[in-house]
Amino acid sequence: MNLDEILEDAEREFAAAGSLPILDQVKARYLGKSGAITAQMKTLGALSAEERKAAGARINQVKDQVETLLRARRDAIQAAELERQLAAESIDVTLPGRGDAVAGLHPVTRTMARIEALFASIGFAVADGPEIETDFYNFTALNIPENHPARAMHDTFYLEGGNLLRTHTSPVQVRYMQNQQPPIRIIAPGRVYRCDSDVTHTPMFHQVEGLWVDESVSFADLKGILADFMARFFERDNLAVRFRPSFFPFTEPSAEMDIGCVICNGAGCRVCSHTGWLEVLGCGMVHPNVFGHVGIDAERYQGFAFGLGVERLAMLRYGVDDLRLFFENDVRFLKQFA
Amino acid sequence: MQFSETWLRSLVNPALNTQELGHLLTMAGLEVEALEPVAPAFDQVVVAEILSAEKHPNADRLQVCQVNVGESQPLTIVCGAPNARAGLKTACALVGAVLPGDFQIKQAKVRDVASFGMLCSSKELGIAGDAAGIMELPTAAPVGQPLRQWLNLDDHLITLKLTPNRGDCLSLAGIAREVAALAAVPFTPVDCAPVAAVSDATYPVGIAAEAACPRYCGRVIRGIDAGAVSPAWMVERLERSGLRAIHPVVDVTNYVLLELGQPMHGFDLAKLQGGIQVRRAKAGEPLALLNDQTIALSEDTLVIADDSGALALAGIMGGASSAVSGSSTDIFLEAAHFDPDVIAGRARRYGLSTDSSHRFERGVDPELPRLAMERATRLILDICGGECGPECGPISEAGPGVAARAPIAFRPARVRRLLGFDLADATMRDILQRLDLHVAGEGETWTVTAPSHRFDITGEVDLIEEIARVHGYDAIPVVAPRGQASLLPVEEGKRSPLDLKKLMVARGYQEIITYSFISDELDRDFRATGVALPLLNPIASQMGVMRGSLMGGLMQALKHNLNHGQERLRLFEIGRAFLTAEADAQPRHAAGLAYGAAHAEQWGEPARGVDFFDIKADVEALVYPLPVAFTPAEHPALHPGQCARISLAGEAVGWLGSLHPRLVQSHGLARAPILFELDLSALLTGEAPRYQGVPRLPAVRRDIAVVVDEKQPLAAMLNTVRAAMPALVSDFSLFDVYQGQGVEQGKKSLAFKMLLQHTQKTLTESEIESAVQEVVGILSNQFNASLRR
Repeated sequence: MNLDEILEDAEREFAAAGSLPILDQVKARYLGKSGAITAQMKTLGALSAEERKAAGARINQVKDQVETLLRARRDAIQAAELERQLAAESIDVTLPGRGDAVAGLHPVTRTMARIEALFASIGFAVADGPEIETDFYNFTALNIPENHPARAMHDTFYLEGGNLLRTHTSPVQVRYMQNQQPPIRIIAPGRVYRCDSDVTHTPMFHQVEGLWVDESVSFADLKGILADFMARFFERDNLAVRFRPSFFPFTEPSAEMDIGCVICNGAGCRVCSHTGWLEVLGCGMVHPNVFGHVGIDAERYQGFAFGLGVERLAMLRYGVDDLRLFFENDVRFLKQFA
Repeated sequence: MQFSETWLRSLVNPALNTQELGHLLTMAGLEVEALEPVAPAFDQVVVAEILSAEKHPNADRLQVCQVNVGESQPLTIVCGAPNARAGLKTACALVGAVLPGDFQIKQAKVRDVASFGMLCSSKELGIAGDAAGIMELPTAAPVGQPLRQWLNLDDHLITLKLTPNRGDCLSLAGIAREVAALAAVPFTPVDCAPVAAVSDATYPVGIAAEAACPRYCGRVIRGIDAGAVSPAWMVERLERSGLRAIHPVVDVTNYVLLELGQPMHGFDLAKLQGGIQVRRAKAGEPLALLNDQTIALSEDTLVIADDSGALALAGIMGGASSAVSGSSTDIFLEAAHFDPDVIAGRARRYGLSTDSSHRFERGVDPELPRLAMERATRLILDICGGECGPECGPISEAGPGVAARAPIAFRPARVRRLLGFDLADATMRDILQRLDLHVAGEGETWTVTAPSHRFDITGEVDLIEEIARVHGYDAIPVVAPRGQASLLPVEEGKRSPLDLKKLMVARGYQEIITYSFISDELDRDFRATGVALPLLNPIASQMGVMRGSLMGGLMQALKHNLNHGQERLRLFEIGRAFLTAEADAQPRHAAGLAYGAAHAEQWGEPARGVDFFDIKADVEALVYPLPVAFTPAEHPALHPGQCARISLAGEAVGWLGSLHPRLVQSHGLARAPILFELDLSALLTGEAPRYQGVPRLPAVRRDIAVVVDEKQPLAAMLNTVRAAMPALVSDFSLFDVYQGQGVEQGKKSLAFKMLLQHTQKTLTESEIESAVQEVVGILSNQFNASLRR
């Protein structure tokens, strides 16, 4: 068999080998100890030195070619086998994942966390207080004496022994200031209770109280911070705001803060009673009588307090149209806020 | 406080349109709650008189009317109203008129008869919600006059939501005074000129409670015309303030109340016995009120009484026995001043809320009674003047009077400091004076005295508010937030409630928020500690008691969601539980509930129900890295054999267990939910991490299995071994529990993993074997465990 035939046969037989073990067997027939190429090598000994050189070079050339063919075939078989493996192992990636169900925070928590984060960014710490309160902390210390008409605005739940459920988060102000001299910069989020239940009132809801007391915190600061807060909360740089005089016994001057309706952008809709404005927050400068109750020098210190309804902001922010949904705890509602 | 715009404008008329007037009030703190036209827009509707009404030739229910609308010729109008009749004055929409709802009136043929307009009902004009037929106007109505003009329909109803400090604005005169100050325009005071007495009739008044009633004006008026009716202008103003005309004397006192803000009362003089006494009620003294309610009085209530007993609740409501009625001819009028503290809260206590108490609670100008008495006398004389004319006596006044208002020291610099901007002294002085405040002095401290009608102004800060308010909150500049740039402390080891909530959410629990009050029954079932805390005035009995545990609310939410089609639930709540009413006995708890399948319904694994150990893993994740222990315990709501007390660093902080079968049944559940509840504060603590060396050599693992009694708790074994095992054992933990073939009845096989480690060198086989034997020895000695081969 001459070398050309060997090369031809090798090429044909390599191509016919369908797997690596078969290819190895075929390889032995050419490159193995008794293979065709090896046999050719053995014939060299019978040749003259000159002939041997030429024939040897020729054999080595063919051997290289056979090895190249072998490598190529080996690569092809490996590629085909990987291809088969991948095809066999392919899965339906559209089947659902085997994880657990989705869950989320309550929208009120979500909203409070957002409020806390915004105020934390300008140095307000979070304070906390009890929900069963005394008359002193809920009313008297906040400059609301017994029989004051302002008490009628707070439909109060009472417990035996003269205790009550706090009607606002303002008692936290008092407790905090009793233990801490200015500068004070806190917010107090939490549950509050009023004896009222209808389409727009639930007997429990959430407020966030805010308080900043220092030597020169002014009404102008109050306007600046709260306007900034609302713009950030609703992520609207050009949110319209206005402050209207109002009355709270524990602040003076007092104000209600309105924002341009975030539903209709001020054009007038059902949510804003066609006024273009939404009442979102009550605020004012801490009344000197409150400072008096907690032992802070009202001549030296001044500051502002505010209180806002969390559910109200959550409703406006997320477009929720029924307050009662917040406390039905239907997971079909709650999961929308995951 | 609701009133008609035209009434207000008769007293003060700034150059502002209706909307601008509303805005002025709102931005001054007198919030306009509603501002609506008295009647919707319509035009070309005139007063008309029906000259004749004859049956329509082609229709039984229609009439063909000849109607005088003030033109040269009467109009023929077909009308279907049953009350259309000759001589009736009514409203007629002319051809071309546009009625509410964009309803255009055209010339039309009604069953072959041409009709040139429409006779209107008050409903069709949008004035009333319902009407039986066409309008019936008084005979005096001038034919041809636009109806809007005759009925004064180009008017608005303004409703103010007044804050409790502004009792002075609970009257038209008070609002007019305020508008005048805000808009810097003059206003016309109500004419309260004295009415000369024509008789010397008086009625005795004695005041036993002078501090409570420092001023009491009374006047006798005899011979009023029992048949008189209140004039249309007065009825219209009353109605537009939401009051109905009742009786001329009552109407006048109501009118004066609205106009001046002074509550008054008229007694039927014939029904009074002896004389008027203003005194505290006797305990339990009965009083039949004007609203047909009879109440038993308490001693802190002030009454107007005569010799027969209590006649009226002072400043709140009159009594039935002495009320003015249609047959009254002689009356005794009262205009008194009551101290706000004496009235405040009393009406509410008796379940009453009246225009009078509403004003007295907030403070009525003590100088008003005499003016109001003159005003009311004038009106009664004008309205109820019979043929001979009523006779009025002089005003008798009792009581010590009210002390003059104390002056207030006022520092303009303080205004600038509190408001945070520069406001000129002159501007402040102008504002104070416009508000009728008396300003004396100059320089750093002024002396300012409030007028008698401003009960709310008692201190410097009240003056600052007035200045801010009248100057306008909008005119106060907005200052960008500023302050000391000090960083808040951040304690690295501590976790916030929000961190824990997010952890629970990540483990598949949906956060819920339930009411802090639950039913008495639910509280009893789930409360593990503390006392029941009932509300005295709950909204409903299911919300009657403060919760002692959060589990009850979780159960309610579970049931709600099961009723709405859910099958698998993971719920948690963080909120307070109420152990007692003390401030430090209202700890925040974190509680969770799991119900249904262990995993959300899926295709890849066999389904199984959630069990104790699934949720134990959640609790362990929640407390990690704090050292937690679970010990068998009993909780009133949990299965006694599947309940653990949870401890952190030896302190009991919560519970984990499956719901007691008794409650599973009573709540109608198909299977037991797993519940846990933890004291939140215990979870928030922690330390920043501390580095410990990582061994450079790999650990050697040896597994051993031992057989012990099936009742043997694992925790004791782990604790004992861990306390006593050789130092080179770095971990000893359970990885399998087995009962069944190969293990004797009543026993269980526990498989433990041991990791052995030396920090410096590679362990030899004999060192490893001797450590394993030592552990096996502990187990067999202390727990009668036999090594399983």
